[in-house]
Amino acid sequence: MTFDVSRRSLLGMGLLGGGNILGKFLPSKALAQNPKQHDNHFTSSAVHGGSTTVGDVDNDRNGFSPRDILTDWDGGKVSQLPNGQTWREYDIAVEEREIEIAPGVFYPAWTYNGRVPGSTIRVTEGDRVKINFRNKSRHPHTIHFHGIHSARQDGVPGTLEAMPGEEVVYEFDAKPFGCHLYHCHSAPFKRHLHKGLYGAFIIDPDPKRHPEAEQQARSRLLGSSENKQWQEFLMVMNAFDTNFDEENEFYAVNTIPHEFMKRPLRIERDRPVRVYLINVTEFDPVNSFHLHGNFFDYYDSGTTLTPTLRTIDTVMQCQGQRGILEFSFQEHAPGQYMFHAHQSEFLELGWMSAFEVVT
Amino acid sequence: MKKTWLWAILPLVALITSIGIFISTNPLSPLGVSAPPLENLTIERTVLGDRGISLLVRAEGSEPMQIAQVQVDGSYWTFTQKPPGAIPRLSTAWIDLPYPWVENETHHLNLITNTGISFEHTIDVAVATPQFTLSRLWGFTLLGLYVGVVPVGLGMLFYPSLKTLGGEGMKFILALTLGMLAFLLVDTLEEGLELANSAANAFAGSILVWAIAAISFLTILTIGRSRGKAPEGQSLSTYLSFSIGIHNLGEGLAIGTAFAVGEAALGSLLVVGFTLHNLTEGIGIAAPLVKSKPTFITFLGLTALAGLPAVLGTWLGVFAFSPHWAAIFMGIGVGAILQVIVEVGSYLARTASKIGGTWLSKISLAGFSAGLIVMYGTALLVNF
Repeated sequence: MTFDVSRRSLLGMGLLGGGNILGKFLPSKALAQNPKQHDNHFTSSAVHGGSTTVGDVDNDRNGFSPRDILTDWDGGKVSQLPNGQTWREYDIAVEEREIEIAPGVFYPAWTYNGRVPGSTIRVTEGDRVKINFRNKSRHPHTIHFHGIHSARQDGVPGTLEAMPGEEVVYEFDAKPFGCHLYHCHSAPFKRHLHKGLYGAFIIDPDPKRHPEAEQQARSRLLGSSENKQWQEFLMVMNAFDTNFDEENEFYAVNTIPHEFMKRPLRIERDRPVRVYLINVTEFDPVNSFHLHGNFFDYYDSGTTLTPTLRTIDTVMQCQGQRGILEFSFQEHAPGQYMFHAHQSEFLELGWMSAFEVVT
Repeated sequence: MKKTWLWAILPLVALITSIGIFISTNPLSPLGVSAPPLENLTIERTVLGDRGISLLVRAEGSEPMQIAQVQVDGSYWTFTQKPPGAIPRLSTAWIDLPYPWVENETHHLNLITNTGISFEHTIDVAVATPQFTLSRLWGFTLLGLYVGVVPVGLGMLFYPSLKTLGGEGMKFILALTLGMLAFLLVDTLEEGLELANSAANAFAGSILVWAIAAISFLTILTIGRSRGKAPEGQSLSTYLSFSIGIHNLGEGLAIGTAFAVGEAALGSLLVVGFTLHNLTEGIGIAAPLVKSKPTFITFLGLTALAGLPAVLGTWLGVFAFSPHWAAIFMGIGVGAILQVIVEVGSYLARTASKIGGTWLSKISLAGFSAGLIVMYGTALLVNF
């Protein structure tokens, strides 16, 4: 993989360069590339600094980690209905808590089950889903699920909205298969979203219902032997407006800026990669995902078993849009491959990451 | 006797007790209000060097402030803080950013505290901040001399021609001095209030400027009149020199800070403008000397008193600028100028009555207006 000069300067000399300060945060492998001395009047010590947040977030205090969120699929309490349908039950509570959303920066968040993004609900197409929703906060809240359901289950003001201290129950069949999301729909809408009330809702395709693309469906079905070969990650593109000026100060996947840049995400070269990508960035019309040194196939909303876009290296998502990315590093040399928003503003404010491809 | 002392102490004790009760019982709690911590941050100095950008920040929060992250041009950047940790109220800390700033371009900084509040700071034109070296010090000394001492000295050269003036001519020149001083009064006050605004809010800078102006005015007036009569001749000239000197300190500061923040073009223009501007000051200082026979040393001393503070100002401006101290200097300047306005005014009234007129005449109006106009005209060179 090669860097051009503009990219190098864009990313900040220090980010890829070795450095005393950065060395504290970055494993030595994160500094593998060695950019030439920047052509300006700066001494070498200045080049050692870099474009990154300083310090680390205390994940233990937060009670969740962006790395765990990548893979902790929540299947709920599973049982079988008399008609053979799978029944999945979830308990979700809204809590107001202060979380550390960037090193040293605390944010009065509203959370589903104490984390941002909330639990990743992962079910199979056709399952019966029941959500016991408790509102432990001081404001009315809902859960609005993306998917196909009746108006009575919609989770908007006036419909299944839980007042403070109340509990409401959502129940619906999971369809269509795909990569969806859920979020609060109470008013004021914008505030409820950017405070952190959102999460992923993934419906795996039922292979039996898709004989024309059964292999592909099986590869997506959590727990199948085909699925085990894949390295699957959930990435929720989000951002925080910490000073409430309707502009975001921090951008990330899974809440914590620069987390996967400081400690790149390890992937095995010989296993394919699937990313469930969801954009819930508030205030900015779009967000994007750009992969270095590679291209991917994209399934818009994840609702098809054949790609809706083939061989692309950047995809743009409007707020609330999502999709599935599939790619492989099988032919690649081991090393670090960045992925980040291709809006330079976002990447410099935290949405900047890297894969560490290992054999 | 003892009882009267008691009555002086008792109210104070009662006051301290009641404050203690207020703090310990928190009478605000039934009102359902809690005082959220207020945060404020003032950037007092910006240093651009070959190791990046350094900021001297002063915390003004109601509680110690923690700077969590720093953005430069919309990018989070590594930084170190000296001393590290939370910054106590009204304390300062240096933030060092190894950022590759670009010469002659604008940079936007944004400091984000642990509560997510952000404080913006803009570097309009990035130029390396002059570091302290002897040759630089000498360079800025020359600049100060050029702005302060040279024009005042040149203005003094009008002295022989001032001596040839009759009574009416003298009235004109004194009124001219008054006009010029009136302009300087407003100018210095504005400058002081502006500096006060850029200082940390907790210092209540604008009140400070007014208060110090009042105190220094009364102090200098009292000293000036301690012999029972208004100062005249050499002593009036000395007060003129002193007050103009403090004003010139301000001009030096303006030039020094312009160079320090990299606005060399502005700095150079200021030098030219202030030099022309200050020529009039020399004439004003020389005017009360017309009746006496001053020595060369007196002229030299007066020139130094009025002009050398400009040198000090450039040094402070370049190497050690802090807005609240500068505002305090300006406050003293306002008081000093007001004092000489009073004294030159009374001298004008006395001069006028000696030649059988009043202080108010066509000639003094013309002089006063000419003073204002000359100052305004030359100030055009330095204002933007």
